[in-house]
Amino acid sequence: MLKKIEAIIREDKLGEVKDALNEIGIKGMNILEIRGRGRQGGITLAGRSGTYQVDMLPKIQVNIVLSERNLDETINAIMKASRTGDAGDGLIFVYPVEEVVRIRTGERGHDAVMYPGDIDERKQKGAA
Amino acid sequence: MATPINAGDTGWILASSALVLLMTPGLAFFYGGMIRKKNILSTLNLSFIMMGLIGVQWVLYGYSLAFGKNVGGIIGDLSYLGFAGVTGAAGPYSKTIPHLAFAAFQMMFAVITPALITGAFVERVRFKTFLVFSLLWATIVYDPLCHWVWGDGGWLGKAGALDFAGGTVVHIAAGFSALAFALAIGPRRGFPKAPMEPSNIPYTVLGAGLLWFGWFGFNAGSALAANGLAAYAFVNTNTATAAAALSWMLVSWGDAGKPSVLGIATGAVVGLVAITPAAGYVTPLSAIAIGAIAAPISYYAIRFRQKRQLDESLDVWACHGMAGTWGALATGLFASPAVNEAAGLFYGNPKQLALQALGVGSSIVFVFVVTFILAKILNAAMGLRVNKMEEEVGLDLSEHGERAYS
Repeated sequence: MLKKIEAIIREDKLGEVKDALNEIGIKGMNILEIRGRGRQGGITLAGRSGTYQVDMLPKIQVNIVLSERNLDETINAIMKASRTGDAGDGLIFVYPVEEVVRIRTGERGHDAVMYPGDIDERKQKGAA
Repeated sequence: MATPINAGDTGWILASSALVLLMTPGLAFFYGGMIRKKNILSTLNLSFIMMGLIGVQWVLYGYSLAFGKNVGGIIGDLSYLGFAGVTGAAGPYSKTIPHLAFAAFQMMFAVITPALITGAFVERVRFKTFLVFSLLWATIVYDPLCHWVWGDGGWLGKAGALDFAGGTVVHIAAGFSALAFALAIGPRRGFPKAPMEPSNIPYTVLGAGLLWFGWFGFNAGSALAANGLAAYAFVNTNTATAAAALSWMLVSWGDAGKPSVLGIATGAVVGLVAITPAAGYVTPLSAIAIGAIAAPISYYAIRFRQKRQLDESLDVWACHGMAGTWGALATGLFASPAVNEAAGLFYGNPKQLALQALGVGSSIVFVFVVTFILAKILNAAMGLRVNKMEEEVGLDLSEHGERAYS
């Protein structure tokens, strides 16, 4: 079973999240620069005279497709790397993935998201 | 008997004219950084096109209306139409520089003044109407007011009101016209609820830097000679601007908790405005006071404008109108006989303050009333603003068919 993680994180936490994922063997990902707001509803910035409210903040969305069995480790790695404890740390969404096709080889499903040195290969080596 | 043309003076005035010209694109960037990115080309162009429009108007008839032979103290005659008789020889305003150099220097002031007003109506003005407005405004507001203050026989200058480099003619005129136009055109859609975040504050800082640089020509060039008075104006310009930038930083730091960079850049411009009428009359120490006091005046004028929920979008009134008013009055306080042939209240001449107040008051009433009526007439005749859809899309696409970024 394949899953997709959409992690909404702070812009300045992207580096740490990438390193943490690399550490556990999650290499493939893509990111989007997005704007949004959550419970906090925005922030106050200094303006020309006084302050003003900005209600949509820049965030990074990290997209990862992976096997369900690697989900918890990955979520934990993202949380550990991106949490500050203050409002605005973000959210992680998980969705089921219907199908994946690797365009170069035509591989489908789980085979399409595997690559040398990834989290699964490491686990197999560990087991062997 | 004619005084010979002085090479040093002429060189300085020609260089100053080029410096003042650079202020208009500088202003374009100053304003361009503060609007939303769908309107950035439009906003840059509102200033930039004035170099075209007034650059022609001034040669054809603008200079003549402002500086032609006096008609009743209120306007010049048509003797200089098409720069007729404005030649390389000295003229009535310039004993040591060519008349043509004086006319060119003054042209740059006429160019930037209507450009200053554009901050009031960015992001919604219809370009065609704006062109007609600017041409008419230059003709029936700027040219006469310029004659009142600087024209030979103009009634305000004759009465003794001082305006070294355009605190009244340029900044009060632009600031209060901006207020009148903003009232006539109405707010941007969504104002004040929708966030209208400045899209490029670096542009604004760049623009403020160019304005600061060009302003040396504006103020020190207004000595019309390369002499000690020009040096006073030069140093006062820098000193007041430095004080105002620092003062704005401290006010915004105390008030908003953080020293806003947009605020510091704005403070510099406000200091430049405030010292403009005083630059050739006061000492550098007085310039510090003039700049430092100008910043909180404009800062709280912006606050007042925000509280009234008036969309005078880029605070031309607060920054140019109010700092220009302060600078004109401050000239009546700080003018020192050690610098120039005028004394203010602090040097034993309270009458000068009254004359300054007369200049300020009459200019405000004149520009506000005429601009408001002109804007209302144009609104009925052509429409001041674009339609709802065009405003949503942004003026870059809807008015110019271009986009700034691809």
